[in-house]
Amino acid sequence: MTSEEMSEKKATHKQEKLRLATIWLDGCSGCHMSFLDIDERLIELSELVEMVFSPLVDVKVFPEDVDITLVEGALGTEEDLHKLKKIRARTKTLVAFGDCAITANIPSMRNPFGVEETLKAVYLDKEALNLQIPVESVPPLLPRALPLHNCVKVDVFIPGCPPSADTIFFALSELIAGRTPNLMDKTRFGA
Amino acid sequence: MTNEELIALAAQEAEDAKKYRYCLDICTGTGCMSSCSDAIATAIEAEVRERGLQNEIKVKQVGCMGLCASGPILSVQPLGLLYREMTPEEGVAVLVSLLDEKPQVEKRIDTLQPFFSRQERNVLENTGVIDPERVNDYIAVGGYTALIKAITEMTSAEVVQEVLHSGLRGRGGAGYPTGLKWSTVAKVPGELKYVVCNADEGDPGAFMDRSVLESDPHRVLEGMAIAAFAVGASQGYVYVRAEYPLAIKRVKSAIKAAEKMGLIGQAICGTPFNFRVEVRLGAGAFVCGEETALLNSIEGNRGMPRLRPPYPAQSGLFGKPTLVNNVETFANIPGIINNGGAWFARIGTEKSKGTKVFALTGKITNTGLIEVPMGITLREIIYDIGGGIPNGRKFKAVQTGGPSGGCIPAEHLDTPVDYESLKNLGSMMGSGGMVVIDDSSNMIDMARFFMEFSMEESCGKCAPCRVGTVQLYNLLGKFQAGIATEEDLTTLEELCDLMRNTSLCGLGQAAPNPILSTLRYFRHEYLEKIQPSVAAPPEEAL
Amino acid sequence: MSPTTPLIKTFTIDGKPVSATEDETILDVARQNGIDIPTLCNLEGLTPTGQCRLCMVEIGGTNRMVPSCVAKPDEGMEIVTDSERLLKYRRMIVELLFSERNHICAVCVTNGHCELQAMAQRLGVDHIRYGYLHPRFRLDGSHPRYEVDHNRCILCGRCVRVCDEIEGAHTRDLRNRGIKTLVITDFDGRWGESATCTNCGKCVHVCPTGALAEKGKSVAEMAKQRHFLPYLVMRRKGLKK
Repeated sequence: MTSEEMSEKKATHKQEKLRLATIWLDGCSGCHMSFLDIDERLIELSELVEMVFSPLVDVKVFPEDVDITLVEGALGTEEDLHKLKKIRARTKTLVAFGDCAITANIPSMRNPFGVEETLKAVYLDKEALNLQIPVESVPPLLPRALPLHNCVKVDVFIPGCPPSADTIFFALSELIAGRTPNLMDKTRFGA
Repeated sequence: MTNEELIALAAQEAEDAKKYRYCLDICTGTGCMSSCSDAIATAIEAEVRERGLQNEIKVKQVGCMGLCASGPILSVQPLGLLYREMTPEEGVAVLVSLLDEKPQVEKRIDTLQPFFSRQERNVLENTGVIDPERVNDYIAVGGYTALIKAITEMTSAEVVQEVLHSGLRGRGGAGYPTGLKWSTVAKVPGELKYVVCNADEGDPGAFMDRSVLESDPHRVLEGMAIAAFAVGASQGYVYVRAEYPLAIKRVKSAIKAAEKMGLIGQAICGTPFNFRVEVRLGAGAFVCGEETALLNSIEGNRGMPRLRPPYPAQSGLFGKPTLVNNVETFANIPGIINNGGAWFARIGTEKSKGTKVFALTGKITNTGLIEVPMGITLREIIYDIGGGIPNGRKFKAVQTGGPSGGCIPAEHLDTPVDYESLKNLGSMMGSGGMVVIDDSSNMIDMARFFMEFSMEESCGKCAPCRVGTVQLYNLLGKFQAGIATEEDLTTLEELCDLMRNTSLCGLGQAAPNPILSTLRYFRHEYLEKIQPSVAAPPEEAL
Repeated sequence: MSPTTPLIKTFTIDGKPVSATEDETILDVARQNGIDIPTLCNLEGLTPTGQCRLCMVEIGGTNRMVPSCVAKPDEGMEIVTDSERLLKYRRMIVELLFSERNHICAVCVTNGHCELQAMAQRLGVDHIRYGYLHPRFRLDGSHPRYEVDHNRCILCGRCVRVCDEIEGAHTRDLRNRGIKTLVITDFDGRWGESATCTNCGKCVHVCPTGALAEKGKSVAEMAKQRHFLPYLVMRRKGLKK
């Protein structure tokens, strides 16, 4: 979207801001950091969208009727899966945000080894004071870390680890303008 | 050996045979051998010796008699009686009943039943009749006369012409015109050319080539020698899988015997024609049935297909012009040379001439080896010859062409069996395996069984086959588990299309056929397994 | 025609009239004419094997597809290199390659220099529709200078060919078949203990991904140098004459 388009949109649709949500599941929050790197353009964006849920804002419950949700991170636990299904049901355009969401990326590196062996390697085979696999108050791991689209329908994919701020801004601008962004000349796996 | 010597030897054999009152033939093909049929032969022989009847009763170990479901089979000649499910004691009992002039009635097989009467045996004419380990037995039934005729009375071009005229097409599955292949190799200039017999039969449920090699190995050698003469080759290889120990043993002994007789080797029949044959063993990779992978394997390389062109006819084994034909194709040759191409072409349909050997397996009463004229309907094969579906179940489909073929449902049972008709139904002739499926089986299970086979047997060279087979196998697993989505069905079909069009060799290109044909005829079975909801559960259920 | 007169064939690629000598492949001619057909297993200087199937092109007027790296054109052929169907197949093949092993671009030594990664970007592959297989491999870091990580191998066979055809050592070959196919050193030994490896490093540099890399390189540091190969081949041919 050009800046003219954007100002036009601001003028005409002041009352109808799009409802944007972001969330991170099994990810490192790097994609969200990159999102913040949009810098001053965040202000432009805030004129067009309302941030209805995000780790960056203080809302506890994922709301209904969300227009766009950026989901960072893979599906690592049963809790992630539960959340994603809820998000899918409440979101119009679900965006797999970054490589973890698209390929399961770093979280998937445990997959060849299986849950048991992974937990043992992390919690029991390393020197530590209290050798035990945590079981209380932590959601159980899925047998394998999975990309989002293995479990729900995903509408848009933004590859990158993390996607650059420019890529994110472009993708959001296009989505706000009602277009499907073509991102492959801007980003790639591992970018 | 000259023609006269051959005729004299045949006459001598016939004379010798006359002096026996009875000849007891015991099937020692792999199927009956697995039920210890050799012990039956030993027991009867011992009894004959004990009674001192060696000059009256002949005990002979022969090849497959076809009705494998009733094995081990004992045949009594010249009465033409067949006995089923024999044990050593029962075999001796049959002998005793013969000596009492009251041939046992119990366990007799009805030799007038359609299983026998509806067949037309050319390739199999000697199987179950002659002792595969005695070259004289083969000569007694007219063996090697075709070879001698070819090399002494005909030119190479005439031999090729006769094969062209016969309309014979490759029996390995693809149905390429044999005469055309021969004439191509014949035309390619070269001092050294090879003839290779593809005996790497590997389809699940197929045992035609094994049975021919076990039961009548000289016939294949004769066909190869004629081919070598026709195309100008001097060296032959029989490429057999190591899982066929009996076939290997019999081919090897046949080569030795034929060499001793001067029927293969140097200056055959005093002509300048030389032809040596060696056996090469395959380590049991299905892909080595693909001719270029087979050639790689003979050369001692990894059994992976080569790119074509160049075709083996131009640059084959060790880079030399090479003729590769299947066992059954070679076994058809002596008949064509002896009786003429026109004789062969009178059998069958317009585009598919001659007879075809099939291995009938699965849910069918008469499991076994049959040979039928091309153009016979599937219904005749399954219901008349095969005796229908056992246990009161209903026919559901027949899988032809193994993992590269497809299934044919009941509504197409009246299709004539020929290369084109089967292809139009989304299946293929294949090498001759016919697996009958009844209504207790699920077609997704069947498709997945064959996909597992293709997955295990993919050579790993090209990505579409190497990874595609695994992805298809996993997707079929989701259908089996009832957790598939609409999208999975699309993915399944897209992957099939990809493999068919982009795989490097025939194995990969044909591997999706079991899925495609079950989708074509039994799509509802797939649709029933699709979850109504959009969200699929995580795939770790696999 | 006398044998000294080369037979020139004229045909078209994507509508553009082009010509080829007798031993040129469709890919050769396409490259000469600035038409970039995607490939992964092909590398100038090595025998083409047509196994990645990405370079397949359509022969106009027929349903036939051929691997352009090995197929030679016929007079009057109309070659299509970029139909929707070809693009679809290429995307699917790249997706299959990604699903096969554990390609984690973010932590790979060749991130940013990888041919598979670049191919995905070029073809617009932004996610993998097929389930990841997540196989498990042992890494071999026994060689003092190089390491092999099968997680990143796409079985293009370049390392096998360069070692056999150019270095003449044939240290590398393949083991198993199908999805279990694995590039091996000698008779499946450790690289550091190889009796045949000359430590030349050619395999490392022809490898399109991070499967073969120099030791001590961190994420995105392993850029490959391949210019030596056509040069070497050219010089050797020159010497033979």
